[in-house]
Parts: sequence; structure tokens; C-alpha cells
Amino acid sequence: MRNARRHLSVFLPLAFLGAAVVSADTPKLGEPAAPEVVAKWNSTIFPDGRGLPEGKGTVTEGRAIYDKKCSNCHGPEGRGETAEELAGNDVPLSDPDTSQTIGSYWPYATTLFDYTRRAMPMDAPGSLAPDEVYAVTAYLLQINGVITEADEMNAATLAKVRMPNRDGFTRIDAK
Amino acid sequence: MAVPPDSNDELEYAAGGGLLHRRALLRQGLVLATAAAAIPAARAQSPPPAALPAPLDPNPPTLTTPGAPFSAYGSPSSFERRVLRAVGANADVPGNGVSWTPLESLEGIITPSGLHFERHHNGVPTIDPKQHRLMIHGFVKQPLTFSLESLLRYPMRSHLIFLECGGNSNAGWHSEPIQRPVGSFHGMVSCSEWTGVPVSVLLDEAGVDAAAAWAVLEGADAGALNVSLPLAKLRDDCIVALYQNGERIRPEQGYPLRLIVPGWEGIVNIKWLRRLQLTSEPAMTRDETAKYTELQPGGKARQFTYVMEAKSVITTPSAMQRLKDPGIYEIRGLAWSGRGRVARVDISADGGKTWAEAALQDPVLPRCLTRFRAAWNWSGKPAVLKSRATDETGYVQPERNVLVAERGRRGYFHYNAIVSWGVAEDGEVSHVYA
Repeated sequence: MRNARRHLSVFLPLAFLGAAVVSADTPKLGEPAAPEVVAKWNSTIFPDGRGLPEGKGTVTEGRAIYDKKCSNCHGPEGRGETAEELAGNDVPLSDPDTSQTIGSYWPYATTLFDYTRRAMPMDAPGSLAPDEVYAVTAYLLQINGVITEADEMNAATLAKVRMPNRDGFTRIDAK
Repeated sequence: MAVPPDSNDELEYAAGGGLLHRRALLRQGLVLATAAAAIPAARAQSPPPAALPAPLDPNPPTLTTPGAPFSAYGSPSSFERRVLRAVGANADVPGNGVSWTPLESLEGIITPSGLHFERHHNGVPTIDPKQHRLMIHGFVKQPLTFSLESLLRYPMRSHLIFLECGGNSNAGWHSEPIQRPVGSFHGMVSCSEWTGVPVSVLLDEAGVDAAAAWAVLEGADAGALNVSLPLAKLRDDCIVALYQNGERIRPEQGYPLRLIVPGWEGIVNIKWLRRLQLTSEPAMTRDETAKYTELQPGGKARQFTYVMEAKSVITTPSAMQRLKDPGIYEIRGLAWSGRGRVARVDISADGGKTWAEAALQDPVLPRCLTRFRAAWNWSGKPAVLKSRATDETGYVQPERNVLVAERGRRGYFHYNAIVSWGVAEDGEVSHVYA
């Protein structure tokens, strides 16, 4: 009887074996992570501004950083070079001659902060301090006509920025 | 008994342009040639042994000389050294770009691990597994970290599945057909056995809060690439993969561990996975807003287009190859669908006027590459070859003009239209829009 059972299990399809994995069968080797450890790992920023760090930056400060660390690839004023164009599209997205710049396409300003902080510049990702990221974000939003020269970006003001293409997306495979 | 190309009395045609019934593949004695070998069936059979090229030694030295010793890790034959991934990278940032699987040189459904396509955003990190942890946090009862040593003790599951970049085949949106080997056009799809721990097991251990509906996932590469995924998919069939084709995942595929999301676009299969945060909503990261979304003709963009829809492509004969003589050839290709199994593949040799069903080679698995084959008697006249996949949901791969009419040409991602190869009278195969 025991033997018969063992043989039968050999013929169970893989999917069934997968489904048969229940918590009771698992070794439970995860190590609890303390809140302060989680806080150090967690870098997620949400569209409503949750996760944005303390700090601030101005358009003027951002222009200086951009010219030094970004313009080599993205061109002066974000007009594109070896890396993509970031600003300067006035053609509507419905027109075939449009281009997908921050101002014309990106739906959330928080995304700009998050991506710049984690991935830019490409030869030293993660090297910009929060104040520098706020400043570059302010500059990029200003050259896209989203904020004015006088606007300072910080956790509160950035979360309030409404991007022109905020409602330009339709979710397909997830709601 | 080989069938000479000029005496077609015994051949059973299934469609125009010389397509043979798929039963022909099973008939013993029908010798098939390939464009890569470029030797027509009858020619290969008919010359007597005496006509073999003079330099061929009837007693080659390999019969009388001891061979090379054992190797601790094997490599392809030196005669196959040109079967390589084609690399397209940013000159200023060499780790930003892609490499394509050379589909034109491969058979079967498994992609050798060293030829699996790559899409890196800023290079391949070198990660010491002892220094790596996977953290699960956010809307859970107890945030946890898992070491590799721990994960290797968990119950595992395998998925034999394709992985395809959302940007694969994007040259199809160009106004003129691109002329490149098929792998350098459609080769951002590969197929492996991925083995690892079901994500649901790890989530259960952390204890999922009722408010959790999404997860934010992050890699340990330069730039810490991040995306959001619906929790339901993670629970359904995703795994934290530790092995690829039986060995530990290679560095460029995410060593020491990556997420595998069966049937969904490559970007969400996060390599070098380090963090999984349960949330109530997506984070709206750059690679799910500014990129990997598709601008449509009306000005709106499709977002969270995760599923790779049904697609197929003929790999032999294909662009940049040449048929030497008229005769019988095996048309070979790959079909796949992110929604499940491939139900059928139809082939046309007359530009889509008539179609014949191809034979699907076992195994035919859900969300896996499926190899198809069809016999074709090329008359020597110009021909246009097409393949059309239908998946088990009934979805049919669209013609290019239909896809472009619906999506425009600015979407960039998720191009899955029928591919047409033109065969000229001299046997040259090129990419055509037809």
C-alpha cells in the first residue's frame, strides 16, 4: 500500500505539486527585519509623495547641477544628445510628430525624483544628495513649463505638482 | 526514397505556393533541407559516393588520434564560434542596451543559457550571494529578509517558459522593413527552465495584510531598477528563481536570484531581486510610466500592458539567408503566447492568400516557446512566407496592417504582428511588408 502511494506521486503533474506547497511544509527561515532596517532599505516613492525624503532645491541650483552632470548626455536645456530628449515638445501627443518628453508624457512628478535619485547620472547612480535631486527635478520641471523659476521643490511642493499628461494613460492588464 | 523536386506526383499539397500537407513531415523518406544547410533534398541524395569532394578523408585522423581530455565545464564546438548574441549597446554607457538571441542558428525550444537575450539598463552587477538578501516588507505582518542559503532550502517549482522583452521586434513599427537576421530583429525572446521558490510561500510566511493589492519590486543593479506588479499575479504563478536550465542563474540573468513572471513582459521579471514591498497601489516608476507604455494614435497611452500576446516567426528560411536551388525545404519557426498554449500555427507561402496548418512539435506547453514545422516545395518562383499563431484563448496573431491601424506606429512596445519573408527568384530571403 505504501509503495503504491509512492509510485502514484511520481505521476502527479508538476502544477499539482506546485499547488500542493502550503505554508506548513516550508522551513520558515525568514529573519525578522527591524523597522529601522526596513527604513534604510526602502526607497519607494508614491505618486502622493509618500517616501519623499527631507530636503529642498531651486531651479537655479538645479540648472548648475544639470549643466555639470546631465547636459553631456541629455544636451543643453534637455533637448537630447546621446541620451533622450527631456524637454522641448510642444506638439500634442495625438500628432504623429510628437515626442515623449517629461512635460508632454510623464504622468507624475514623483517619478522624476525617484528615477533621478536611483539611476542618474548613469556613471554614478545614487550619488546625488536629496537636495541635489530636488534641485534637478525643479529645473527639469521648469524647462518643461510645469513650474516657474521661483518654485522651490521639497516633499510638500513636489507632491502637489500636477503633470500635464496626468490622465493620459489607460490601464490594460491590471486595475 | 527521396522525392525529387521536379516530380511532384506523390506530394500532397495543402496550400498555394508549394506548401505541403503536414503529413508529409511524417512520411518516411521525404528528405528535407534547410536554408542554413542550403542543400536541396534531391541534390543531397542523388550523387553517388564517388562524387564526394576530393579532400574528404575516408579515414579522418580523429579515428587514429586520441581526442582531447575531459573538460570541467563544456563549451560549444570551435566550429560554432560565430553563433553568438548580437549586442546593441549605448556607446557612452556600455552596460545600457540589449543582446539578441541568434534565433536563426538555434533549433528546438530551449535557449542555451549563454545565448539568452539580455536587456540591461546599467550593466551586470557582480553579487556575492553571501552578501545578498531578499527583503519582503510593506503591508505584511512581519517584514522578513531571506538569505540565499535559506531560500535554497525551500520547496521549489519549475517553469519551462519563454521570456520576452516588451520591446522585442520593435523594428516592425518602422516604415520600411528592417533587413537583419531574424535573431537581431525578434531575438529578445528566449526560453529556459527556471527553478525556484514560489513567491506565495514567502508572502505567506511574512503574512499578507488585507489592504495589500500591489507590490513594488527592486533589483540590486546600478540604478536599482523598480517596477510594480499586481499581488494576484505574484501569488498565482511567480517564482523567485535560483536556477536556469539546471544550473545557478548566470550573472547577466540575475545571479543570485531573479523574479520570474510567466507570460509577462521581460522588464517585470526583476533580475538581482533584493526587495519586494507589498502596497495598496503601484509606485508609478519610470519603467511603468515614461517607458514600457505605448502611445496610441489618439494621444492616450496603454499602461501595465504586461501580457505578451501570441506571436510566431519563421526562423528558417528567414531574412539574410539564401535558398540555393528549388526543391523541398522544411519551414521551421517558433510560436508562443503569454496567455497559455499555442493552439495552432498556420503557414502561407503565397503572401497570405492561402494557409496550411503547421505541425507543432511536442512538448506544447503554456507560456513556452513552441517549435513548428511545415514542408514546402519551392518552385524557384518568388514567394512570400508567413506564419500566424493562434493561442488556446482563440487569440489570432494579427497582420501588420491591422496592428498598425489599431496602435499607430509610436507605441514602440508589444509588436506581435505576422512576419513576412520574401523569397526572390535567386533564393535570397528578405524581410518584406506584405
